[in-house]
Amino acid sequence: MKWKFSWEDLLLPLIGIAALFITWQLISSSQRTDLPSPSTTWEASKLLVLHPLEKRGEQDQGLLRLVWCSLILVAKGYPLGLLIGTPLGLLMGSSRWIYKIIDPIAQITRPVSPLAWFPLGVLLFKNLQSASVFAIAICSMWPTVVNTAKGVHAIPQDYWNVARVLKLSRWKTLFKIVIPATLPYMFTGFRLSLGLAWLVIVAAEMLTGAPGIGGFLYSEYNGAIYTHLVTCILTIGLTGLVMDRLMTVAENWLKSYTTI
Amino acid sequence: MALLELQNVCKGFGPAENRTEVLSNINLSISEGEFVAIVGYSGAGKTTLISLIAGLLKPDVGTVCLEGVPVTGPGPDRGVVFQNYSLLPWMTVWQNIALAVDQVFPQWTSEKRAEHVEKYIDMVNLTAALGKRPGELSGGMRQRVAVARALAIDPRVLLLDEPLSALDALTRATLQDEIERIWERDQKTVVLITNDVDEGILLADRIIPLSHGPQATLGPSIPVTLSRPRNRKAINHDPRFKKIRNEVIGYLLGEGSKQRQPVPTVLPIDSSMPLKASA
Repeated sequence: MKWKFSWEDLLLPLIGIAALFITWQLISSSQRTDLPSPSTTWEASKLLVLHPLEKRGEQDQGLLRLVWCSLILVAKGYPLGLLIGTPLGLLMGSSRWIYKIIDPIAQITRPVSPLAWFPLGVLLFKNLQSASVFAIAICSMWPTVVNTAKGVHAIPQDYWNVARVLKLSRWKTLFKIVIPATLPYMFTGFRLSLGLAWLVIVAAEMLTGAPGIGGFLYSEYNGAIYTHLVTCILTIGLTGLVMDRLMTVAENWLKSYTTI
Repeated sequence: MALLELQNVCKGFGPAENRTEVLSNINLSISEGEFVAIVGYSGAGKTTLISLIAGLLKPDVGTVCLEGVPVTGPGPDRGVVFQNYSLLPWMTVWQNIALAVDQVFPQWTSEKRAEHVEKYIDMVNLTAALGKRPGELSGGMRQRVAVARALAIDPRVLLLDEPLSALDALTRATLQDEIERIWERDQKTVVLITNDVDEGILLADRIIPLSHGPQATLGPSIPVTLSRPRNRKAINHDPRFKKIRNEVIGYLLGEGSKQRQPVPTVLPIDSSMPLKASA
């Protein structure tokens, strides 16, 4: 697909962003709120943004450093979620029995907030960091499970027939047919899971106080320093967007290889 | 002894109260090296018939035997070319065929298997495209890959399920000639399912019409006595061609077009249930 530059794609989003900043400015100029205005926020956050890799203290670090700390935690919990979620999805997709066994558990577990999983994690692992990893893994795995199972269901009968006519073994069918055919669905799951993992990380850091973008936001709030709040929110949002876009590129690339 | 034999085969789908009997009383006997075409209406159950022979479906009644042994499931002794190619889109032409060859001839050396794959890609004139994926090929090329894959596993019977129906007329004619050429060379036993009477006559030794469903059954077997190789242009003026054509179409439009009355469902009488007026 070719991307063509158009003014519409540049101008219209800018209008939206400008409107948001104007609203922010208007709200902050009202007397009844402590919300710092865009310019105050920028003045206070300049150091964080312009020296993104500087480390001045445990929580007082450049923005990229903080994001990096959070990403490391995601890099522990998210793969764990995929490692559990993908085989679970493949099993649910290929066996009606297993589907019926696991589906109710999935339905009940899925809506539980990361804040609720965290204490259980502490109880189980007696370690704050392991508890965050646990919360990330268990919260982020469900889109992967559901989409992988859906992908296995969507494999055309023709592909199964090929496996049956050639008498492929179970493992060969799994690696030569099921996984390649399911890959685009899996990746949709991986992408949604990554979004969730990023969502959980902020909550987890607030609870543990670990260094990271969420932990920083919370410690600033506790110290009644409000000038960094919006900067943190924007950083979290932008990081999520970048990760989502990268996953979308991978997803589209895979789709072009697995469909006729 | 017949290589492939179907006896009293019946197949239906759906639960008892809403059942469609697709095929009923199918008897078919095909000898080694024969090319048989089965021609019928769309929706008559042609694909069901080929799936039964392939072992992808089990008959409700009757038996399917290959070399006297009842068929219990699919296997590489019956190579199938499906209507919609069924190539794996993430594999190249080479990989699609190699998957089949590696699976069926594990005892061979990898050089021998590679040679074998190449031979069959060459047979269907796709050597130039062997590194391409199905998505980069035209419909006709895809179907040739499917034919090469089915032939490369050296099946006892080659089952072709409307292999050319999705193609345009010109590609169709080219591929018909190609199938005939390959058959002349390999002398494989072939069952071709088609909805094109002319295609059946052009390719087969014997053409058998399949009646209108539900409860479709095979009509009289009509031998195609035209000498080979058959020239599609000359054949049109051959009186024997016209006679065979009329016979097949005569059956399909006459006796074979009648929808058979479904047998009324007889429920066991249960004294605890009040009798209902029949619908």
